[in-house]
Amino acid sequence: MAEVERRQDRSPVPSAFDYAAAPESREIVRLEERYGLFIGGEWVEPRSGEFQPTVSPRDEEPLAEVAYAGAADVDLAVTAAREAFDNGWSDLAPSERAKYLFRIARILQERSREFAVLESLDGGKPIRESRDVDLPLAAAHFFYYAGWADKLEYAFPNRRPRPVGVAGQIIPWNFPLLMLSWKIAPALAAGNTVVLKPAETTPLTALLFCDVLRQAELPSGTVNIVTGDGRAGAELVEHPDVDKIAFTGSTEVGKEIQRSVAGTGKKLTLELGGKAANIIFDDAPLDGAVEGIVNGIYFNQGHVCCAGSRLFVQESIYEQAIAKLKRRMGTLRVGDPLDKNTDVGAINSQQQLERINELVATGEEEGAEIYQPPCRLPEKGWWFPPTVFTNVAQSYRIAQEEIFGPVLSVLTFRTPDEAVEKANNTPYGLSAGVWTEKGSRILSMAQRLRAGVIWANTYNRFDPASPFGGYKESGFGREGGLHGLEPYLEFDE
Amino acid sequence: MRLPVRKTYKLYIGGAFPRSESGRSYEIEGANVARASRKDVRDAVRAARGAVPKWSGLTAYNRGQVLYRVAEIMEGRRAQFVDLAESEDEVDSAIDRWVWYAGWADKLAQVLGSSNPVAGPYFNFTIPEPTGVVGIVAPEEPALTGLVSRLAPAVVGGNATVVVASERHPLAAVTLAEALATSDVPGGVVNILTGGKGELAPVLAAHMDVNAVDLTGVDDGREELERLAAENVKRVVRNGEGQSPWHAAAFLELKTVWHPIGV
Repeated sequence: MAEVERRQDRSPVPSAFDYAAAPESREIVRLEERYGLFIGGEWVEPRSGEFQPTVSPRDEEPLAEVAYAGAADVDLAVTAAREAFDNGWSDLAPSERAKYLFRIARILQERSREFAVLESLDGGKPIRESRDVDLPLAAAHFFYYAGWADKLEYAFPNRRPRPVGVAGQIIPWNFPLLMLSWKIAPALAAGNTVVLKPAETTPLTALLFCDVLRQAELPSGTVNIVTGDGRAGAELVEHPDVDKIAFTGSTEVGKEIQRSVAGTGKKLTLELGGKAANIIFDDAPLDGAVEGIVNGIYFNQGHVCCAGSRLFVQESIYEQAIAKLKRRMGTLRVGDPLDKNTDVGAINSQQQLERINELVATGEEEGAEIYQPPCRLPEKGWWFPPTVFTNVAQSYRIAQEEIFGPVLSVLTFRTPDEAVEKANNTPYGLSAGVWTEKGSRILSMAQRLRAGVIWANTYNRFDPASPFGGYKESGFGREGGLHGLEPYLEFDE
Repeated sequence: MRLPVRKTYKLYIGGAFPRSESGRSYEIEGANVARASRKDVRDAVRAARGAVPKWSGLTAYNRGQVLYRVAEIMEGRRAQFVDLAESEDEVDSAIDRWVWYAGWADKLAQVLGSSNPVAGPYFNFTIPEPTGVVGIVAPEEPALTGLVSRLAPAVVGGNATVVVASERHPLAAVTLAEALATSDVPGGVVNILTGGKGELAPVLAAHMDVNAVDLTGVDDGREELERLAAENVKRVVRNGEGQSPWHAAAFLELKTVWHPIGV
C-alpha cells in the first residue's frame, strides 16, 4: 500500500487535474442528541437503559446517541405490532393500506435530499449514490408495493392470500434506508405489521423514517423501529410472537438465524453474502465492460452483497482489459462522502476496515499482485483505496471469501465452460455478470451460472419490479417484484 | 406345489439396485429390506448430483413425457402396487398424481416466472430453475401416495432426489423404484433408501451437497433436522399435502436476468 498517500492538508490547492471541493450542505439535516425506540407510534426510553453513539465514518464524529434495545424493549415492540395487527391494520380495506404506502413514497420523494445527506453522513457512502440511487429506489419501492396492496388476489389467483401477522426484520448497514424499504414496503402491502431493527452502525435514516410515518399518519404500532446490536436482533428472531423473519446480512449470521428458527414454524427469508463473478469475453465492448467492472466492485465502496468481486477475463484480452481497468481506477475520486464529486466514500466502520485489511493482507501473503492507484486519503475517518489483485488463484481467500470492500480479484479463463466452472465454484450464488456481444452466449451463460440475478452487459441494476435474491448459501426467498410479496403471505393449499 | 420365487428388496441408487454397503437388513412387511447406512446416503447424493445436469437440461416438454411414462408403467404394474397399498384408491391417486405433475412440466415457468417492467431501458425477466439435489423424508402412511406426492413435485422442475422411504411400509417405495428403473427416468434422478429414518434423515439434512430437504414425513426430531439443514442454508419444506404447483415451486430457485435495450 506504499502508493497510498495520506492527505496532509485538509484543503489542498486544486491542481489542473483536481476537482474543487463541492460539498453538499448538511444544514438540511436536524439531528436529536439522543434517540429512543419507536414503539407503538411513540418515542420511548429503552428499558435496557443503554445508549451508544453512532459516528460518521468520514471523520469519526459522533452524530447522536442511539438506544440499544434489550429483551424487554423487543418484547414491547412485538406486542405493539401484534396489537396494531389485531386492532385494525389487518382489517383495514386493502385500498386504504395502499394509500398509506403511496403517502410514504411521496413523503420520501419530498424529503429525499434530507435523507440522502443523512445516509451519507451516518454510513459513509458518496452523496451522489445516496442521492441518485438509494433515495429514488427507496421511494420507488414503496410506490411499487403500494399498488399491490389491493391486488393480492390477482398476484396469487386461487390461493386466498392473507397476511402472516407480525414480521421481524433485520437489515444491514450498506443500504440502510433502501433495505428498510425493501423490507417494510412488501410487509405492509401484504397486511402485516413490522418490527424492524436497523444495523448497529447506521440507525439514523431508519429513525428519521419514523417522522415520515408520523407525517403519513400510519396507525400506531404498524411499524416499530428498535435500534441496537446483534443482541436485539437475536431477541427479535427468538420472540415467540413473531410470525415471519426477514434478514439481510452475512451468511454466518443467516445460518445462526436459520438454526434459531428451526422447529418454530416461523416463515423465514434470508438475503446473505455473495462473491459474484463478473465475466468478460473477448468480444465484449471493452470500454463499456470496464465501466461495468468498476461499477460492479467500487460502487458503495464494495459494501454490496452482489458486488462483482471476482473478475473473470478471457485470456486473449487480459493485458488490454487490465490496462484499461487500472487507468480507469486512477480517475476514481476517493474522499468525503458529502462531496458531490466523490466516487468512493468512507468505509462504514472501523471493524469493517479491519476485516478488509486482514483479507487484503492474506491476498499479498498468498502471492497475488496488488495494485492501488495513487490517491490521497483524508486524515480522519476510515478509508480504503480502490484495489485490484491480479495473479489470483481460485483457492486464495480473496477469491473465496466475501471482502465487502473495494477489492477486486482478477482471474482468467479460456473457454465458456471454464468460465462457468470457475464462476460457480463458490458456496455463494447471489449474482453474476456477463459481458459479450453474442446473444446466444449471453443466454447460455445466464442459464448456466448458478445465481439469482444475472446482469448481462450491465451490472448492479436494481428495481422494485425486479426480484432479487440468492441461490445456495446466498440465502432463499426473493425481494422485489411480485415474487417479493410471497414471503409475507399465507395461502390456502 | 410350486414354491413362489420371492423378491429381494434392495436400495435404488444411480439407476442400480445395490444392497446396503453395510450389509444390513431389517425384517418388515414379511421381507428382509435393506437397511441403508450413512455411506449409502453419501452414494445416493453423489448419484443425484451427477444426474442433475442431464435431467435439468432436458426440455420441459421432454421431462413431462418422462413423468407421464412413469404413470404408464405404474398402471401396467397396478396389481403389484395394489398388494402393497392401503387401497385401490391409493394406487389410483398415486398414478394420477404423476399424470397431473407431468402436465405441469412445461407450464411451471409460465406460472411461476415473470417479465418485469423495470424503470429503465432494460429487458428483465424471471424464470424458475431447479435448486439441484433434494432430500425427501417420505411420509410413513400412505406409503405409496405419500411418497409420490413429495417426489413428483421435486423432479418435475428438474431436480434430482434422494428419498428416505417409509420405515414401516418400505415395500411400495422399492416397487416404485422398479417402475422408475423401467421407465425413462434417467438413473440417479430418483434414489430411494430404505432403513431407519432416525439414522438416515439427519445425514441427509446435514449433507453439504444437498440443496433442499422435504421433512413432510418426519415424526420425531424435526427441530434438529431443520437445525442441521442450516449448515449450508438448505431450503426446508416442513409439510406438503395434496398436489399443487407451489409444492414444485418450493424446490425451484428464481433467476432474474437483465439486459440493456439499445441499438
